[in-house]
Amino acid sequence: MTTKSISLTVNGKTVEQEVEPRTHLADFLRHGIGLTGTHLGCEHGVCGACTVLVDGQAVRSCLMLAVQADGAEVVTVEGLAPETGGDDGLSPIQAAFREFHGLQCGYCTPGFLTSLTQLLMENPDIGEEDLRKELSGNLCRCTGYAGIVRAALAAAQAYKEAAASGMGGSR
Amino acid sequence: MKAAAFDYHRPANRAEALDMAGSLDNAKFLAGGQSLVAMLNMRYAIVDHLIDLNHVSDLAGIEMTGDRLRLGAMTRQRAVKDDTALAARAPIFAAALDYVGHFQTRNRGTVGGSLGHMDPSAELMALATLMDAEVEVQSKARTRTLSIADYPMAYMTPAIEMDEMITGVTFALPAEGHGWGFHEHAQRHGDFAVCGVAALMELAGGTVSRTAITVFGIGMAPQRARAAEDLLAGQTPGDDLYRAAGDALDDLDYTTDAMASAAYRRRLAGVLTRRALADAATRAGGDRR
Amino acid sequence: MTTQMVGKPIQRVEDKDLLTGKGSFTDDIKLPGTLHVAFVRAPFAHARITGIDLDAARELPGVHLVMAAADLPAPAKGKRILLQVPNPAIVDPITQEPLVSERVAFAGEAVAVVVADSRAIAEDAAEMVMVDYDPLPTVANLAQATAPGADKVHPHLADNVAARIHVGYGDIESAFRDAAHTVSVTLDQHRGTGNPMEGRAVLSAPNALDGGITVWSATQAPHILRRALVDMLEMAETDIRVIAPDVGGGFGPKVQAYPEEFVIPICAQMLGVPVKWIEDRREHLLCTVQERDQTWSVEMALDAEGKLLGVRGRMRHDQGAYLPWGVIAPYISTVTMPGPYVLPAYDLETQVMFTNKVPTAPLRGAGRPQAVFAMERLFDLAADRMGLDRADLRRRNLIPAEAMPYSVGLIFRDGQPLIYDSGDYPRCQQIAEEKSGWADFPARREAALREGRYIGLGIANYVEGTGLGPFEGATTQVLPSGRILIKTGAAGQGQGNRTVYAQVAAEAFNVDISQVDVELGDTGKIPIGVGAFASRLMVNAGSAINVSAGTVVTKMKKIAAAAFEVSEDDLELVDGTVRVTGDQGPSLTFGEMAQMASGMPGYVLPGGQEPGLFATHYFSPPQAAYANGSHAVEVEVDPETGIVRIARYIVVHDCGRMVNPLLVEGQIQGGLAHGIGNAFLEKMRYDDDANPVTTTLADYLLPDADNVPTAEIYHVESPAPHNPLGVKGAGEGGTIPAAAAVVSAVEDALRPFGVQIDEAPILPERICELIDAARQNTQEAS
Repeated sequence: MTTKSISLTVNGKTVEQEVEPRTHLADFLRHGIGLTGTHLGCEHGVCGACTVLVDGQAVRSCLMLAVQADGAEVVTVEGLAPETGGDDGLSPIQAAFREFHGLQCGYCTPGFLTSLTQLLMENPDIGEEDLRKELSGNLCRCTGYAGIVRAALAAAQAYKEAAASGMGGSR
Repeated sequence: MKAAAFDYHRPANRAEALDMAGSLDNAKFLAGGQSLVAMLNMRYAIVDHLIDLNHVSDLAGIEMTGDRLRLGAMTRQRAVKDDTALAARAPIFAAALDYVGHFQTRNRGTVGGSLGHMDPSAELMALATLMDAEVEVQSKARTRTLSIADYPMAYMTPAIEMDEMITGVTFALPAEGHGWGFHEHAQRHGDFAVCGVAALMELAGGTVSRTAITVFGIGMAPQRARAAEDLLAGQTPGDDLYRAAGDALDDLDYTTDAMASAAYRRRLAGVLTRRALADAATRAGGDRR
Repeated sequence: MTTQMVGKPIQRVEDKDLLTGKGSFTDDIKLPGTLHVAFVRAPFAHARITGIDLDAARELPGVHLVMAAADLPAPAKGKRILLQVPNPAIVDPITQEPLVSERVAFAGEAVAVVVADSRAIAEDAAEMVMVDYDPLPTVANLAQATAPGADKVHPHLADNVAARIHVGYGDIESAFRDAAHTVSVTLDQHRGTGNPMEGRAVLSAPNALDGGITVWSATQAPHILRRALVDMLEMAETDIRVIAPDVGGGFGPKVQAYPEEFVIPICAQMLGVPVKWIEDRREHLLCTVQERDQTWSVEMALDAEGKLLGVRGRMRHDQGAYLPWGVIAPYISTVTMPGPYVLPAYDLETQVMFTNKVPTAPLRGAGRPQAVFAMERLFDLAADRMGLDRADLRRRNLIPAEAMPYSVGLIFRDGQPLIYDSGDYPRCQQIAEEKSGWADFPARREAALREGRYIGLGIANYVEGTGLGPFEGATTQVLPSGRILIKTGAAGQGQGNRTVYAQVAAEAFNVDISQVDVELGDTGKIPIGVGAFASRLMVNAGSAINVSAGTVVTKMKKIAAAAFEVSEDDLELVDGTVRVTGDQGPSLTFGEMAQMASGMPGYVLPGGQEPGLFATHYFSPPQAAYANGSHAVEVEVDPETGIVRIARYIVVHDCGRMVNPLLVEGQIQGGLAHGIGNAFLEKMRYDDDANPVTTTLADYLLPDADNVPTAEIYHVESPAPHNPLGVKGAGEGGTIPAAAAVVSAVEDALRPFGVQIDEAPILPERICELIDAARQNTQEAS
């Protein structure tokens, strides 16, 4: 099977590479360009561990082919925090996860962080009940979700303030 | 869990896509990929060619004209859920879409992909069945329209040919002021429903002038509950009536599988029909939420 | 002044890397030239292999090695995996082969391995391996295993009994003869899965220089894996290095050594390059050990006042096809049954049964949830029969605090008499009652019922033997940089071990935890170790760090006392220095002292001191540390659909002294989620031929954020008397009573129907069936 040449932006950097059509985006990110922060938990679209942002939207990178990301702007967990500044080099949701013990083994965490980045930017006023429902597409076996929910609700405040100050576009 | 090898094609327009579908062996269209790529990863599906529709420009769009709603095949599920005009005209769409997977899969999942995959518990198939939809399919040779009643052929298999592409689906919207209800039974939000019921109700002078009930997740494809619909016609809404409708579902086909027995599905169909009708009547009565 | 570190809810040192994608899980480790693996797995639960054709697979471009059992090199060829937990109760200690040679005994067993340039190519080739099977009769469950004339899982054995265990004490016959009340019940508890979000993973690289081999594995027990590898490969212990890098959850199933952990190093040795295998989710659901399948037929005898007289019965444990971890789980079940209650007489006869399913071995809770379920179900049933309140009947039987230490009369699985070391069981239940509004609940239930809502409140108590030995070791070292280095074999899989170990060390040296480095889970760093299971690391490794750090501190004071010509008692450790207490006088930094102690020409250590600022201690607890707790849960049940929603969940938890309450609560809440899954979601379904049906995460339902509530957690701290930190294990208490409490609550909610629930998980469809059956009975009776 012939490979395809793709060019995309990952965490702000342009990446060009030949890929096999069957290679999904998660394997490309992990093994093609060495961004191993994106994890594979099930490879059939249920667990959400592999979630990344494609053109600003959270998607399962195991359910998207790398070749389909040609021309896209991809942000992975490695790219969530601003290059400089921030809370110890962490985005608000990352910092909140640390403060509220929203992670244990850390394997599912990248998927929660990327998912919550879209969720909270679009809806920083979300309440706990809706938040829990929206988070049902990400599975965690360690935490029992309490720390994750606390962290998300706390971080929502930061996204609200960012939106109010016209900084809504920043992560 | 890696897909078997295939070639990838990215047509820029419909004509190219249809050319490919007509000439490539063992090819499949790739829409949102939220079911297909999982099946490829698990090697439940093995193809030689994937024809990616994501760059075909004229396949996406939401058009509402009068009592007709047309959704282009490549319209993202998210776009349908978030469409404010549609939410105002027919709120059942947003309500049903909320059950379609999770927001991450709706970001990429499409209307046409859902219809083509034809999972028995697919909410979009349920809505299509509820609103007597017509599915537009096109091949290089012809364009045709299938009524939703003729669309399912077998388990997860619609009655379309290998070289045919779903291009859109048109729903017959209920009248302004209609009521609706949508209930699903799954142990976790976003899971494949063991049973679901979608209902529409229009009232005139305090009695039911028109109703539609679709039960899904219970068999090969969503099923209209015609006996229950007939039973409601001309009646005054009320709990006894909804209960009677829920009892009038014995003629539907219920499947037993690993997740639930046919008897349990029958039970749920009755309960959820009653609840959906109650919601529909309340909303038809003025509460438009 | 000492900075208190132990007991504070300190944020984790692990988190920043994990939050920014800089973790290092096994599949993240990149070694040049690594090849990738797929296994050919049996599609039958029981079958004889009559032929294997590997030729087509071998010819596929990109394939480097295709191997079946017959191709395994010596000495692995013909061997089975070492059983490290023998027990005289075991009939035949049969474990898996690295690759099945003649007969597969569960669906998913590996019969051949493919090594290729990529996982995708390896899977392509695996599909080309042609295996001829002669299917054999299957044993799918306990009923089939125990039936007269049952087919046999292992034809060379007399029947399907893998082990017989009989425990008890007291005069059980007179207990039942003299009873005012007896109740009996038969309970089915279903197996569930571990399903850590990272599956198992193995990477192995040969060492060209010395012929040795390094194995990275997502394991809970690197030293245990090394011992198994030494046995299989007949290599020197020093030639095998096992490293557990970041591990994405364990929960028990990553303790024992699996076939893949031998096949991958063998392939790497044969090919001379690194070889990697990453378990996919389907493989996890097929091949990674599960637990809980047990059937209990038990009865309880009580006197007229509701005091327990005895419990007796029999239990059958569905072991699956092999004994990878012996009979630890069913044994723990049998000795957990008495729980926090004064039980004068006890008799339980257990048979561990082979079936043609993936083996069972300890999974978070490790046999305890089933025993607690059995005991607590008996209490609920007895209370209902006697017309007593469920909490009241329990209260009458709880071991009073003043009875501690309390000898139960059994031998625990560590071989020591089962003696509860400390705890206040009545107080824990009392708090659970108060916080859940137990006393007022019947009125609330009635009020809800008038609105057509079915709410229920359940309660369950447990005692958990934690902190089991035999030992764990730790080395504490002060480096010339002045930093503190802790090395231990005892790695975690997300529990935050680095943080709590650093807290213990930081307190000993009176420094911030940022001054402490922790190296974990590497057999190259510490010669012996045991592993992360049985909620044992804080007790064992924590104590080892406490003791070894104390030894180093004492040594530093001796050195400084000699240098300053003062008494050791006049010294203190402040800001990384040793100085005269409260004085502005002389001081030495930790770094200066490390340099002095590690050999500085012209300086002689004071008399009796050996060189080096380091100490190693292996802590061996004299017995288990017994944690306990009480759970109360309020549910609402929709009797029309069988859907259960948890409204409130109250946990009262006593794990002794808490090193880090933030992390303890994380363990409780996480364990609880697993218990909630076992209570009403997780069901690993097999068909009648023992073929697994639920092989994706869409079919096997893990709890999500929408059905696990945030528990209200209350702590009682009864220090453990047998370790210097006073700690008990905290990793499993959230799981253990959850199914018992939830089922109790569901039954309470369905009281108007008179439903009795004898199983876990209790699924919606089953709830509806029970309601229908109860209605039927009522109609027939009226």
